[in-house]
Amino acid sequence: MTPPNTSFTASSASARAPASAPASPNIRAVHDDFHGDLLEVSMGPHHPSTHGVFRMNVTLDGEVVVKLQPVFGYLHRNHEKIAEQNSYLAAIPYTDRLDYLSSLTNNWAYVRAVEQLVGIAVPERAEYLRIILGELARIINHACLVGFLLNDLGTSFTPLLYSLRERERMLDLVEELTGSRMMCNFFRFGGLRADVPADWLQRLDAYLGDGFARYLDEQDALLTGNEILLARTQNIGVLPPALAVSAGISGPMLRASGVPYDIRKVDNYSLYGRFPFQVPIGDHGDCYDRYMMRMLEMPQSVQIIQQAIEELPSGDFITPKQKNAGLRPKVGETYSRIEGPKGEIGFHLVSDGTGKPYRYRVRPPSLINLTALEDMCIGQTLADTVVILGSVDIVLGEVDR
Amino acid sequence: MLGTGILKGLFITAKNLVGSYYDKERLTTLQYPEEAANIPENYRNFPFLVFDGEDAVSTLRCVACKMCEKECPPQCIYIVSEKDEKGKIMRRPKVFDIDISVCMGCGICAEVCPSSAIKMDHIFEVTAKDRFSDLLLHRDQLAKSVDYYKQIHPTDFAVEEKARAEKKRVAEEKAQAAAAATAAKAAAAAKTATAATPKTDVAKAATATAAV
Repeated sequence: MTPPNTSFTASSASARAPASAPASPNIRAVHDDFHGDLLEVSMGPHHPSTHGVFRMNVTLDGEVVVKLQPVFGYLHRNHEKIAEQNSYLAAIPYTDRLDYLSSLTNNWAYVRAVEQLVGIAVPERAEYLRIILGELARIINHACLVGFLLNDLGTSFTPLLYSLRERERMLDLVEELTGSRMMCNFFRFGGLRADVPADWLQRLDAYLGDGFARYLDEQDALLTGNEILLARTQNIGVLPPALAVSAGISGPMLRASGVPYDIRKVDNYSLYGRFPFQVPIGDHGDCYDRYMMRMLEMPQSVQIIQQAIEELPSGDFITPKQKNAGLRPKVGETYSRIEGPKGEIGFHLVSDGTGKPYRYRVRPPSLINLTALEDMCIGQTLADTVVILGSVDIVLGEVDR
Repeated sequence: MLGTGILKGLFITAKNLVGSYYDKERLTTLQYPEEAANIPENYRNFPFLVFDGEDAVSTLRCVACKMCEKECPPQCIYIVSEKDEKGKIMRRPKVFDIDISVCMGCGICAEVCPSSAIKMDHIFEVTAKDRFSDLLLHRDQLAKSVDYYKQIHPTDFAVEEKARAEKKRVAEEKAQAAAAATAAKAAAAAKTATAATPKTDVAKAATATAAV
């Protein structure tokens, strides 16, 4: 059985380019008294710049990285096996806890996989509302990332505080709608848990047009032209496009390397075909491009939300009489993916006809984007590895699961 | 020119610093616990059980159907139905425990409950001296009055009451229709019976007219 929407073919010719040889560690052959030995540093798991409990075993020659070994698993919670012990509905709140900065898109990816497995149609209004909430999650995630990346650069909390201030406003709206700021648990098979009130949409629209637009302008003026930021990020942690493709990198990180691949455009899932948004593409694949991808994607997401609010049709927010509790799909398997804020988030489900999934597998963008970390860090200084890790945008809840 | 980007940035931070003295948009700090945060109605934290009347145990809405126990993602609900002396299951819980040290506040229990008996609370300042015994809440600790529910979820309460009234009205109409149908059937039966003996019918009609 070939489930729909599982084509992995890349969209452009450049995405098919063969992988270049991996960067070879430049280890000195001679260790004299003047230069000394190589130094191995265990960075983390409680280092504040590693965004959680992540460890990097870095081998240093002076200040330059010659080898880097990522160590993860400190936050392993057995997510996949827990989901295999529970009903299909009960896995939705667990998906919130994968990438806890953008729980709405995690919900969406999982719910889409189950809908594909069972064959549930989603009403048009629900699809529009899902797009609004998904793009809101993307904005929240990117606003957060820009702040944390600058924090990693050493700008002690100023840009982060401005970012979090705006994020809190959006989280207030999310809380009002879903009941929780981060653990939204709002998507259901066939639609959403509740309808979105018109005045909520108006307030979101007003906020994005006013407060958030001001934030974007200010953040741009504060950071984008800043000479220190340019010196610290340009030509740091370059990821060549061929390596990015062969390593399976996705999301803004892949596009920063110059590969035009956005699942919203490639798969045209949901109703994204109706939205004429642009996908920013980088040129150098360095930290600055990865930062700029996030800055440029935010206005595009705002535009999508504004268009969706304008065109929002009336109708059902969930397929009428759709069963959510005690769902028993027929025997089969499926893989469904969406473009999350961090990259391709996908769910592979295998059903054996019972009320629990036989196999439940998450394809986490953070973990797979992290696999290219060593290639980006070799030859850079230790202080730069912090910036490179920050620009990858990982959430340990998703890396370790 | 080198340094213009930094100067531009410093201008932004200065604007924010000055703005924080008079612009509410730029200083959003709330002095908790002196100032209370505005909790939206949809906010959810831990579940509680709703009872309708005065007595928490006898008027509990819960019928111990165990839907929430089955669907609870972290499996933190434990229910035992009450049985009468003959061993027949009564429709109310004898034991209803929620371990709120395990509960993740997802609200699925409230969503799947067919009798609107379990709802999500607004309490977020929960403290306990013992993390094992004090965080395992029993039926009597979980039961809260319907007035409390009405107070924290006014919109949901109104919608539910409306649905309930509608259901009641439909049920009553159905009962009335059923009664009418039975009456009609009886009348029809009576008619067939009378059709068989038209003489009596005429006689009856005559009596009826006479009576009028």
